[in-house]
Amino acid sequence: MSRDGERTESAASADPRGTDGSERADADGPDASGSTLEAAFDEPAFVPYLAAGDPDFESSLEYVEALAAGGADVIELGLPFSEPIAEGPTIQQAVVRSLEAGMTPERFFEFVDALDVEVPLVCMTYYNLIYQFGPAGSEPVRPFVERAAAAGIEGLVVPDLPAEEADLLRGYCDELGLDLVFIVAPTTAGDRLHRMMERVSGYVYVQARLGVTGARDDLSDSTEGTLERLEGYDVPKAVGFGISTGEHAEAVVAAGADGVIVGSALVDIVARGHENDEPAEAVAAELESLSRELKAGAVAGAKRTPRPEGT
Amino acid sequence: MSQPDTKFGEYGGQYVPEALMPAIEELTEAYRRYVLNNEDGFMDEFYERIRDFGGRPTPLQYAEQLSARYGVDVYLKREDLLHGGAHKLNNALGQVLLAKYMGKERIIAETGAGQHGTATAMAAAHLDMPCEIYMGRRDINRQRPNVFRMRINGAEVTPVDVGRGTLKEAISETMRDWARTVETTHYVIGSIVGPAPFPAMVRDFHAIISEEIREQSREKLGGLPGAVVACAGGGSNTMGAFADFLEDDDVRLYAAEAGGSSLTVDEEAGVAPHSASLSTGEEGVLHGARTKLLQDGHGQIMESHSVSSGLDYSGVGPQLSHLVDEGRVTPVAVDDELALEAFHRLSQAEGIIPALETAHAFGFLESVAGPDGDGAVDLPETVVVNVSGRGDKDLEAAIEETEKRTLENAPTMEVFEG
Ligand SMILES: Cc1ncc(COP(=O)(O)O)c(C=O)c1O
Repeated sequence: MSRDGERTESAASADPRGTDGSERADADGPDASGSTLEAAFDEPAFVPYLAAGDPDFESSLEYVEALAAGGADVIELGLPFSEPIAEGPTIQQAVVRSLEAGMTPERFFEFVDALDVEVPLVCMTYYNLIYQFGPAGSEPVRPFVERAAAAGIEGLVVPDLPAEEADLLRGYCDELGLDLVFIVAPTTAGDRLHRMMERVSGYVYVQARLGVTGARDDLSDSTEGTLERLEGYDVPKAVGFGISTGEHAEAVVAAGADGVIVGSALVDIVARGHENDEPAEAVAAELESLSRELKAGAVAGAKRTPRPEGT
Repeated sequence: MSQPDTKFGEYGGQYVPEALMPAIEELTEAYRRYVLNNEDGFMDEFYERIRDFGGRPTPLQYAEQLSARYGVDVYLKREDLLHGGAHKLNNALGQVLLAKYMGKERIIAETGAGQHGTATAMAAAHLDMPCEIYMGRRDINRQRPNVFRMRINGAEVTPVDVGRGTLKEAISETMRDWARTVETTHYVIGSIVGPAPFPAMVRDFHAIISEEIREQSREKLGGLPGAVVACAGGGSNTMGAFADFLEDDDVRLYAAEAGGSSLTVDEEAGVAPHSASLSTGEEGVLHGARTKLLQDGHGQIMESHSVSSGLDYSGVGPQLSHLVDEGRVTPVAVDDELALEAFHRLSQAEGIIPALETAHAFGFLESVAGPDGDGAVDLPETVVVNVSGRGDKDLEAAIEETEKRTLENAPTMEVFEG
């Protein structure tokens, strides 16, 4: 499978980042680039999100391990930032709980070191934390990517970093072997979409609806349109924003997604457990059970529709 | 053809969620066409409306008592006389009009002191657009008269409860609304902050302040002033008052920030008891722009503090950050107490009750040239102070804050008790 297969324009725009990252944009394929993330989408993938350290370091370790036990193919770990502008109330509160329990970027990497999971990990955070990381006076951005690579993180998602501002980070990710995932919104099209798809690696995060994160009862219908616009690009497409049940997951995969990203529905379980003082094992069991449902939904979705590109 | 500024040195840029980027591109194009190149006579209509509806030009007034006190000629640029009682209308009217030209159907805005919210609500009523204003809970309690003014003008006021409930949280929440409604809605940001093209566009709508100062100084002083002083929260009245003088190296530019109760910082609690991001902040990324910020060693944004809600913000406009690095603008920090004293002094000496934000600009004059001044700055012969707003909205807060202290020049507030 060639990642560039259907993108005739990509050769003309070699090295769009003005760095030496051409290695990735014009790579021969996932095997050549060695993207563990891309490989995780070989079958319909379940990609859960939790804020690391919510509500405390120890319980959070258990919760993340429960996601893996429930069938996660990739786990997005949130490194909390004080101004999460892309987040709805559910994740905003997770961020507050985690920060109040003492989460910091360095603690986050200790958290990753302490995790006992085989599943590839992606760090989701905001640009200022990446920018400020490292000893005073060190060059920006590189120390964070180095530390992430050392901790075994496979990729980054940065919701407030559009492709236009991402060259520096993309360069270091290439150099240090991390994927950089971009979010495609329902409003992303044309040149912008193309620019982003030239810079993305690992998978593309398809935002199912306008707005901020948060679990919903209904599915958005803008997803199919977005997936259609992405058809020509041979990077796995993971759909997120609002997915909360196995049925949603099934429908999204049946519509052509390669995976589902689920955050707020899982964070809700953590929040409820915290409010009701439930023991961590009980919360973990609930997380594992919803994870199984979501993973099963994703797999069922692939059976419902013959998948056109035989991923 | 003029093109939009998107970066100011290393500062500025567009650090926003992808969902907003198409809207920002659309806005950039509208800004270029209508504002920078006056397509369809947009700027002509803006100037006409800001004159007839807003009451421009505002006067440049000689301040007799302050001039005597400081031994230099002090002139006041009376933006407090603009409709609504602050400079904010320049930008609010400009952006609401632009939203109309763009075919948007709804206006949202954040507000700190409630002045920008009030100006936006007035402009939206004037131009017949529905309007929703986000305001931190703490600010709602500090600035109640403005909450009612917004509602009376027909705007919906939505409280923001997260965090400390001030301007930072209100901006974040308005951005979230915009991410959901971007196809029909325009976000009228209230200062020279946020992603490009906002910092440049908001500056351009306020630049009329310095254009008028320039012309009025020629008439009244026979030349340019030696210095322009303005308070700075995000910095919109500041850049408005400075914009036309950037190339005039003989005109010194002073930005008076909120020194709060102290310039030290409680890293543990993540709280800075001030809002002096130009004097003490470090480069970082907040609300769409790279700029100087109050942040802890990890890059978490710190909560700021000021006695004036309008200055109570952890960031500042990227262009001001750049101009400070270039040495073109000098930031000065004025603490709560100096600002309160200045509030009373201007009220008594000149018969003008200033906004608490504005009082910081006057606190600066007192701190260098007053009877107990430290002389750290030798003021030039003529100084223009931008009176960014009037203080009616602040009466409750000013009374309360005055009672907490023993200020030499404060009138008794006893009559208000019991
Ligand atoms: C009267 C007045 N002056 C100044 C400010 C601070 O804003 P800026 O720094 O953008 O001028 C405000 C903000 O609310 C204000 O109401």
